[in-house]
Amino acid sequence: MILEVDEVTTRYGALTALHAVSLHVEAGELVALVGPNGAGKTTLLSSVVGLLRPASGRVRFDGKDITGMDPAALVAAGLALVPERRRIFKDLSVADNLRLAGTTVAKGLRKQRMDEMAELFPVLRTKWDLSAGFLSGGQAQQLAVARALMSEPKVLLLDEPCLGLAPTMVDVIFDLLDHLRAQGRTVLVVEQQAQRVLGVADRGYVLRTGSIVAEGRGADLADRSDLFDTYIGGS
Amino acid sequence: MTDFVQNLIDGLGAGSTYALLAVGVSMLFGVMHLVNFAHGELLTVGAYVIYGMRSKDIPWVATIPVAILSAVVLSMGIEFVAFRRVRTASAFTLLLTSFAIEILSHAAWRIGVSSTPRRYAAPDIAFKAVQWGPFNIEVWDVVSIVVAVACFVATAIMLRTTMFGLSIRAASEDFDAARLMGVRANRVISGAFAFAGLLAGIAGAIWLVRRGQADPRMGSEPLLKAVIAAIIGGLGSLQGAVIGGLALGVAEVFFRSWLPSDLQGLTDSFVFVVIAVLFVVRPQGLFNVQTAERV
Repeated sequence: MILEVDEVTTRYGALTALHAVSLHVEAGELVALVGPNGAGKTTLLSSVVGLLRPASGRVRFDGKDITGMDPAALVAAGLALVPERRRIFKDLSVADNLRLAGTTVAKGLRKQRMDEMAELFPVLRTKWDLSAGFLSGGQAQQLAVARALMSEPKVLLLDEPCLGLAPTMVDVIFDLLDHLRAQGRTVLVVEQQAQRVLGVADRGYVLRTGSIVAEGRGADLADRSDLFDTYIGGS
Repeated sequence: MTDFVQNLIDGLGAGSTYALLAVGVSMLFGVMHLVNFAHGELLTVGAYVIYGMRSKDIPWVATIPVAILSAVVLSMGIEFVAFRRVRTASAFTLLLTSFAIEILSHAAWRIGVSSTPRRYAAPDIAFKAVQWGPFNIEVWDVVSIVVAVACFVATAIMLRTTMFGLSIRAASEDFDAARLMGVRANRVISGAFAFAGLLAGIAGAIWLVRRGQADPRMGSEPLLKAVIAAIIGGLGSLQGAVIGGLALGVAEVFFRSWLPSDLQGLTDSFVFVVIAVLFVVRPQGLFNVQTAERV
């Protein structure tokens, strides 16, 4: 397995947000992590990429223990996160957002990667030199994903990519997930639209109040109405 | 009119020192939400380097680069020894740390050298003036303004075109997001301290060539002005810091020339009243800076 979260417990002061959570992702898989608001999904991703240091447990990536490692070092090692609410740099142009995201890439390759992103996300090319603050939500999300892909990650983590997007843009993001999977990329995606994302995922995990309460094949989980009634609430 | 232009040149000369310091202060605030009251100590170290080298008759052309370099090294040293340990602490902790370094620096110079000022002779060029039409222009004022403008242009180019500049801008907007893009926290912060130190070193060199003495507490007053200039411009905004610094210098000179001689000693007070009024009208400063998430 390329990414393994092993019994990770993460606390915010006295509050325990994750209780010995374990999950894993195999190379080439699309894995969905779903659950209600406040379940600890973002905390889990933050604990994986080193923005938060777990109180106990280990995170292993590509055979190495990466628990609490610096996020920047993890990007260089091949683990990239598209953060919740996108967090693109609004003061920087679209091109500069991508250029910066290529900071771990050799200088000669950076330009080539930027061209690839312009090809993959044609809408970005039309806004190339514009401040990223002028992008719509959907465009900004595409930039956020493009930024993460600049480092050619072995595993891509996506935190709520559809949050706040218009329905047509949600379709674009799901097409993108398909595309990433077709390219053989390894993806762990956190998503509120639980049923839909489980429908396309190879496997899924359901997180609730800091614990994994269900796991299995994506399609199987998507069919379990008991799960949605009890834990997730709607879809 | 003649007076006006004369005062404007004098004011821009004085203001360029504040502006150079303020850009550094604002940059450090941007990347780590630190209001660095230790930044003025970079002027002090430059002054003692100048005193030490000039007392051995080492020429000015060799002295100035060493003085500037000493500011860069001290700035990076302070970051490494003090601020790196408290990087993720609250802004209040960072502020107190900076005060502690300022006080330690004062004490170190008092104990290590002397509490009385150490004097050195200013070079001839420092007070040389040329008559140009109706204006009496001091050469060093012109040098100050030209050097400062060159620094601002270089800073702007650095921020727009280099990867380091992009990292600084990104980290100022959202530090954690920058780390998620592969920007190394320590590297960008250390780089920001080095760059701010370079600007402070240059500001120091401009100021110190004329000042003619080094004393332990000398850095505090210009730094206070620079912090005020940075706040006037909107903390975190670099063009705001430039404008704030220049405006402060010009305001000082104009007040000094307008005030009757028995009120001259209150120049700073009058300037601060104007600033207080400005903050009532525009509490966020001249330029609006989006508050980024803290480190």
